[in-house]
Amino acid sequence: MITKQRPPVIQVQNLVKRFGNFIANDNLNFDVAQGEIFGFLGANGAGKTTAIKILCGLMTPTSGQISVAGFDVYRQTDQIKKQIGYMSQKFSMYEDLTVKENFQFYGGIYGLSNIVIRERTAEMLDKLQMSGIKNKTLNEIPLGWKQKLAFSVAMIHRPLIVFLDEPTGGVDPITRRQFWEMIYEAANNGITVFVTTHYMDEAEYCERVSIMVDGRIEALDTPKNLREQQGVSSMNEVFIKLARKQNLNNG
Amino acid sequence: MMKGFIVKEFLHIFRDRRTMLILFGMPIVQVLLFGFAITNEINNAQIAILDHSKDNVTTAITAKMLASGYFQLNKQLESSDQIASVFQNGEVKEVIVFEPDFAQKISKNHTAKVQIITDASDPNSANLLASYTSAILMDYVGEFSSIRPLPVNLSTQTSMLYNPELKGVFMFVPGTITILLMLISAMMTSISIAREKEMGTMEVLLVSHLKPLQIIIGKVIPYILLSFVNALVILFLAATVFHMPMNGSMILLLSESMLFIIMALSMGIFISTISNTQQTAMLLSMFVLMLPTILLSGFIFPIENMPVPLQLLSNIMPSKWFIIIVKSIMLKGLGIAYFWKETIILAGMMSAFVFLSAKKFKIRLA
Amino acid sequence: MRTILFILQKEFRQIFRDRTMLPIILVVPMVQLLILSYTATFELKNTRLAIIDQDHSVSSRSLNRKFEGSPFFSMVDGLITYDEGMEMLKRSKADQILVIESDLDYHIGRSEKAGLLLVTNAINGSAASLMNAYALAIINDFGKEVQKEMYPNLPKVMPIHIEVRHWYNPQLDYKTYMVPGILVLLVTLIGMFLSGMNIVKEKEFGTIEQINVTPIKKYQFMIGKLLPFWFIAMFELLFGLGFAALVFNIHIVGSLPLLLGVASVYLLVVLGFGLLVSTITETMQQAMFVSWFFLVIFILMSGLFTPAESMPDWAQWLNRINPIAYFIQINRMIMLKGSSFSDFADQFYALVVYAFVIFSLAVWRYRKVA
Repeated sequence: MITKQRPPVIQVQNLVKRFGNFIANDNLNFDVAQGEIFGFLGANGAGKTTAIKILCGLMTPTSGQISVAGFDVYRQTDQIKKQIGYMSQKFSMYEDLTVKENFQFYGGIYGLSNIVIRERTAEMLDKLQMSGIKNKTLNEIPLGWKQKLAFSVAMIHRPLIVFLDEPTGGVDPITRRQFWEMIYEAANNGITVFVTTHYMDEAEYCERVSIMVDGRIEALDTPKNLREQQGVSSMNEVFIKLARKQNLNNG
Repeated sequence: MMKGFIVKEFLHIFRDRRTMLILFGMPIVQVLLFGFAITNEINNAQIAILDHSKDNVTTAITAKMLASGYFQLNKQLESSDQIASVFQNGEVKEVIVFEPDFAQKISKNHTAKVQIITDASDPNSANLLASYTSAILMDYVGEFSSIRPLPVNLSTQTSMLYNPELKGVFMFVPGTITILLMLISAMMTSISIAREKEMGTMEVLLVSHLKPLQIIIGKVIPYILLSFVNALVILFLAATVFHMPMNGSMILLLSESMLFIIMALSMGIFISTISNTQQTAMLLSMFVLMLPTILLSGFIFPIENMPVPLQLLSNIMPSKWFIIIVKSIMLKGLGIAYFWKETIILAGMMSAFVFLSAKKFKIRLA
Repeated sequence: MRTILFILQKEFRQIFRDRTMLPIILVVPMVQLLILSYTATFELKNTRLAIIDQDHSVSSRSLNRKFEGSPFFSMVDGLITYDEGMEMLKRSKADQILVIESDLDYHIGRSEKAGLLLVTNAINGSAASLMNAYALAIINDFGKEVQKEMYPNLPKVMPIHIEVRHWYNPQLDYKTYMVPGILVLLVTLIGMFLSGMNIVKEKEFGTIEQINVTPIKKYQFMIGKLLPFWFIAMFELLFGLGFAALVFNIHIVGSLPLLLGVASVYLLVVLGFGLLVSTITETMQQAMFVSWFFLVIFILMSGLFTPAESMPDWAQWLNRINPIAYFIQINRMIMLKGSSFSDFADQFYALVVYAFVIFSLAVWRYRKVA
């Protein structure tokens, strides 16, 4: 596998997260290599968001050895935060600020200099062909555009890894396609993309996919291998099969 | 369908324990505070005495003063230079100065001078303290010169109608009920509708097959009930803890309350139609509803004492009319014949708000 | 440091982009000062008195004239019977009725005890006791005058001469008392609501999550969030002081820097409170209700409208945790009496401790939650 030749930037061993009696993450193990597009799939409540929050340093795990960008999630969350970008399912730019002001703010709190902020803002807006709306406030802009802007904002400090939590929820197919082009470009530039999604066709775009069911990783491989292992023709069927198997076991 | 929607609204409100706690805690705390703690009366006011003569008369007057219960001797001053400093650090509210040779002057010249100096930065207390002190002094004089009755003897019999014990809570309960009904009905509805608009969930409701009217009704029914229960809690507290009378008809009071609640709700809906964010709705409710409700309704401050423009302004405050109604029923024991005008005014305001919001709402949908 | 500047820039942009903010900062305080200081008064100027004169004698008419001449009463005319008077009280057309029975002149002429009846609507107890006292004072005066006329040679009955002096506010103008208190109310409202609401807004809209994944430090975020409101509230105070001087002619007797110094500490308490509220609530609606709940209690007990010293001991004891009470007291002392620091050192230290405690609490809660 090619992924083995690239250095791992996320290493997760025996990750467990408990909330009281409830086990949100039950002994997760995986590595993500640099420049990889890693799909993180699972039904609602399967424990995806908890895992992402732990990897981003927003939550401490109950146990396990986890390092992100070479830093330990227990003690070095500040260093981790400098190396990662994050875009959540909830749109999280300021609606009452203009596009430019949002870039300026996020660039500023990542400690970029004013010149760098200006250059990168211009460059990214140019690429998105949105230079014309840089002085519009976000509430005047359609959702699909906002998602693309949010992705750019998450990348303004050129992070090593970018976490995308259901980035394409609620946008049209054309925008989704453009969005995935942006993801590919980032990966080509050596940025690791860690993405969760509901859309199984999007899972096909990932290099490797992990499928979480009830807090555990049920399967982890390339989309092609997963299809072959389960003997089906689409990721959708893989997913349903794995989820059903789990239900049968429980029943 | 409709039922499901109302249930959802109820769940929203009741799940939110913090808000519930406050909605029910606030009236109770307020009524208790007004009943037990907050008072305009003066008791145990700290005073200082500067007695330049220290003879039997000044000692007797001082003793009489302190026995009255209004005053507490904070310190004896030695010179008039000290007066400014005891006022400035707020230790005392009043200083009484007896001139030298007090008793001697009374017996010789028939007149001796007492100075009452008050800290009038609080004019109300200063005025009351000065008049209490003067009254005690005159009393003392009366006792000591009561050798023969005065030729002109006017005896005035006074009667304090409706509130013979002058309890402050009688004044505050109607006001507290009004404020709470206003707060829950108008403020909560306006904010909760503005919230749905801001979060975009209003659109979801609007495209469902619920009619706008149904949505509004579903939104307000829980608040009507909440307000109503709250009003009952306050009335119960007032009656049991403070023995506030219920001289008129309970049914009449509750129907008038219902009218007021619906009026306030329509006002809340109207506010929500003109504000797009929760913050605007909140600030509008706060500055347009709450402060005027407290200030211009006669809740704490009598309207008659205000400047004429403000008196005129108070007429457009729904709470003013409702407070009159509540007082008339509860304390004066009157019937509708005495406040049908106020009732019509409230009903008029209600229709105006309903009309205006319906118009706004339609424009928005068109 | 630079990070904080970026947050400040963003906050100020957001605050002033909202078109409702400028009016709130500039117009609302003026309106509040104007309306509050004119409405919040216990002075009685227009007690509506109905005199029911059944005597129609020289004496009854001169008593009538005495009431007419008093600035405290305005007369309700044309009533003849006691029942008519009671009806006026019921309808709230009159606040007080005085019944002069038909034998007043007769009794006075014969030096006999003459009776009067004074009925007051006492629903507002404190106002009623004042109305009662004013009316009795006039009746008493009237008695003395009649006596002087009838028996000019009677020895002087009042061997004590009482001189009343009202310091700091000789006219007993209630506005002078209210304005410093209302200023405190203004900065408190602005500080507590805007700051608390602001952080909750980020929570409710989810933007706080985005902030949390950045390497920003919590203290930087909090300073960036609170400092704008500290500035706005300080501005508000200065603006209000200027307004008070221009419109109400109330000038600070004491030291302005001292006042601003105390205010800056007080605002830390207020902002700390706002921050604490934002950590225990999830939505702006909740935040508003929680703030409102505490504010109402704090304000009612603060001595803004009613003397705090007259409250029962337990309430005064409770009032030690009421920051508004401290600052209203200090503000009135500095503005009206020119008190110096040593006069309110205790209250000031209480505010310092309060600021420290509330901030630690808020920061501790904030770390735990966000």
